[in-house]
Amino acid sequence: MSLPQLASTCNEPTAVAQPIRQRGQHEVFCGLTSIIWLHRKVQDAFFLVVGSRTCAHLLQSAAGVMIFSEPRFATAIMEERDLAGMADMHDELDNVVARLLERRPDIRMLVLVGSCPSEVIKFDLTRAATRLNAVHAPRHRVIAYSGSGIETTFTQGEDNFLAALIADKVAAPSGGTPAKLVVVGCLADVVEDQFARLFAELGLNGVVFLPGRDAIKGLVMGPDTRFILAQPYLGATAAALEARGARRIDAIFPLGAEGTSAWLRAICTAFGVDMVRFDAVVAQPRRRAAEAMAHYRPWLEGRSVFFFPDSQMEPSLARFLSREMGSELLEVGSPYLHREHVAGELALLPAGVIISEGQDVDLQIERCRDANPDLIVCGLGLANPFEAEGRVSKWSIEFSFTPIQGFEQAGDLAELFARPLMRNAMLSGGAERRGAAQ
Amino acid sequence: MKLSMWTYEGPPHVGAMRIAASMQGVHYVLHAPQGDTYADLLFTMIERRQSRPPVTYTTFQARDLAGSTADVFKTACRDAVARFAPDALLVGASCTAELLQDDPGGLARTLDVPIPVVPLELPSYQKKENWGAAETFYRMVRAFVGRAPRPENIPANSCNILGPTSLGFRCRDDVTEIVKLLTDEGLDVRVVAPLGATPADLARLPQAAFNIVLYPEIADVTARWLKTAHGMPFTSTVPIGVGATEQFLAEVRALAGLPKRESPRRDRLTWYSRSIDSNYLTNKRVFIFGDATHAIAAARIASEELGFRVCGLGTYMREFARDVRDAAARYGVEALISDDHLEVEAAIVAARPELVLGTQMERHIAKRLRVPCAVISAPTHVQDFPARYSPQMGFEGANVIFDSWVHPLMMGLEEHLLQMFRDDFEFNDGAAASHLHPQAPAVKPAADPAPVAAAIAVASPVGVIATWTLEAERELQKVPFFVRGKARRNTELFAQGKGIHPITVETLYDAKAHFAR
Ligand code: SF4
Ligand code: SF4
Repeated sequence: MSLPQLASTCNEPTAVAQPIRQRGQHEVFCGLTSIIWLHRKVQDAFFLVVGSRTCAHLLQSAAGVMIFSEPRFATAIMEERDLAGMADMHDELDNVVARLLERRPDIRMLVLVGSCPSEVIKFDLTRAATRLNAVHAPRHRVIAYSGSGIETTFTQGEDNFLAALIADKVAAPSGGTPAKLVVVGCLADVVEDQFARLFAELGLNGVVFLPGRDAIKGLVMGPDTRFILAQPYLGATAAALEARGARRIDAIFPLGAEGTSAWLRAICTAFGVDMVRFDAVVAQPRRRAAEAMAHYRPWLEGRSVFFFPDSQMEPSLARFLSREMGSELLEVGSPYLHREHVAGELALLPAGVIISEGQDVDLQIERCRDANPDLIVCGLGLANPFEAEGRVSKWSIEFSFTPIQGFEQAGDLAELFARPLMRNAMLSGGAERRGAAQ
Repeated sequence: MKLSMWTYEGPPHVGAMRIAASMQGVHYVLHAPQGDTYADLLFTMIERRQSRPPVTYTTFQARDLAGSTADVFKTACRDAVARFAPDALLVGASCTAELLQDDPGGLARTLDVPIPVVPLELPSYQKKENWGAAETFYRMVRAFVGRAPRPENIPANSCNILGPTSLGFRCRDDVTEIVKLLTDEGLDVRVVAPLGATPADLARLPQAAFNIVLYPEIADVTARWLKTAHGMPFTSTVPIGVGATEQFLAEVRALAGLPKRESPRRDRLTWYSRSIDSNYLTNKRVFIFGDATHAIAAARIASEELGFRVCGLGTYMREFARDVRDAAARYGVEALISDDHLEVEAAIVAARPELVLGTQMERHIAKRLRVPCAVISAPTHVQDFPARYSPQMGFEGANVIFDSWVHPLMMGLEEHLLQMFRDDFEFNDGAAASHLHPQAPAVKPAADPAPVAAAIAVASPVGVIATWTLEAERELQKVPFFVRGKARRNTELFAQGKGIHPITVETLYDAKAHFAR
């Protein structure tokens, strides 16, 4: 991973200083965690993690026992006898898979997900997938990717999954009309449907969402296929698409009214949609978004915000807060910055804002306390301890679990940030509480 | 390799975290990848802990594997000691680091840190969370107690309480309740550990006359060692329930050399259970599942103090399988020893309970089967850490148990009145008992669709598609709505067992006779 030369890709070369990069404890989820939304979105897939009891416990803790039922994910927990060579791991996996498919014949795509333990012992899941396909395909298609914590952070699990989908040429439908536009990155169904309606109104057809409700329906690529990222954390996926000849449409991400407009405009420009038509189509939803956001702006205007790294969406979220809500940014932390994909976002951040990539959580907590922000955006492990210090926090995982993209969700996005501040003001002693902690 | 969807226990290093998080002045350096930091949220979210648990994760990455993950570990240790200035350092590996064989204990020794270092070896691919907690507690106690002889003239009434931990089921309130009870009884409670204890407190353990083991899952190993190494006796009764609490007090008095005494009645459970409103509790079928201690205690209370009938008893902890089997034999049921929630679900369906006492997992199973449920054991969720004082142990604990097990059920007189007025328009199927939440079990109209065809197929919780004749379905509608769900389930189970298809009015009444208590 090379050091991102952010300044060189920015419109205003002085806008963003070199990011802080520290090596210490990372307080972030691993890529397995994206299974939580992937299994909901891709309804014909089953995610089988090949890992340890820790991996199973992580999924359970992150999912909350709330969705308890027979979920479309599980863990094949490796045991002592597997590692001691008393049992052949590949045979064991074959047996687990056979039993699973017997129980769940409805599974159309079985996704083997690698974990830290499976990677450390060099258990080759791609090879396993090939072998399993020989037995179970085409009834059950088997693919593999890594969601391990030594390789991936949180949303990068989705990135690897999508890249594996694209690379899986056999599974890709051949024939049919190639897609004109592929919208890449998991979106909630409601958001996907809204965008689909907008594309129709804009006269754009041949649009495919990746992943769709069934993973790769209609994903046929041709020489003219273009793609646009709907999420900022899809470096490997973009590379896989480019390797198959698709060209990326560069844009900032569809968060907030500004982001959504810019994102749609980039698509329209690429396909030569008449700008008058574009303006006509987005005028109404854009007005609605502005109206919805206006409710929350008073809560966020002039408030200072500190982002801990979580999903790589932080630069986009920060841009939204700063430009549409009038907030002040103290630090924007991200687990990783894809210099090319987020260049547009970073260019829109105010000059001199502190960006950090990677983490030493203890040092970052100290910086945060010193900066004394009005709102801290952080993970669940840190939020309550900050609240107990009298600070106000917003837990970041909600940005990954809640529909926030698009015009109709711009108000919801603003509300997510405003809610903790409103709550702090409502609860008796809110203000003094904060004062006391300083 | 074992297929697992939901687990009752985390990995053993999470058990070690629970010990570190329980104690004061202890910091745990865990050699683990970044994703393992999820464990922090168990403490900060479920237990609403106000500070981060005292754990540093090394968060090594793939690129470190080529170089030296050992150096990453050493740096993390040095930084943690400098930053948090603990009195003692626990060091260990998570499942991934165990494969790297970096030997955290050996590495930490080379560091020359100015505090005691306690290395942990927790085999992640064999053992689980509770074992990890018990082992960590034992290692800490061994490290700080040492083998120095105990002082002379130890007052006979002095004791320690062993076992309560962070994330344990109601440990916080149990400790308060038991300390108060023991103090009233004339005992001198010296150290409570691990919850709230410092390493120095552990060193003082042998200065008390005996130990009280509140949670054998955590403290049994340690108590046995203290007995062997220092001749300290320990208690064997866990004071959950009125009878057990009295037995516990008698045991404690005997250990303390205090004379036997008739204890005054201090609970309400006994009277509430005798009062006539509780008549309807008689022989209610209850299915019990949890950690061994809570499950065994619950079975005793259910059968001896509330007059329920135990129709199932089990635990997910193989380590205590024998104790649970012995208990199950007393109630004439076969113990279920399993950590597979699908197996537990099947057992619950087969046992046809009217009340389920279990963990958060069984709560969800019961919710799906629409059977009332109360949580009696870890694994827990945020709602198992209530704001109000609600111990499980001692006499107040018995009162809490009466309320929390009986409230999910229909109240006695209310059940009676609903029977009498079931044709009244205000007591229609949509109206639940007034003390129950509108979404209470067995009143969802969707589960009892009006008959539309001659025979209707209904997906039942048993997992089969049962077909009812129109007549049988009409007859079923005459069954009072609050027991209709059960009648449907029982009939379908019965029909399935006998291969009857479709279900007729005849089948309905055959099943009723079959299941009559
Ligand atoms: S998420 Fe809420 S409702 Fe669900 S188990 Fe946890 S505490 Fe209970
Ligand atoms: S970090 Fe690695 S070992 Fe831990 S849960 Fe994630 S994949 Fe499993």
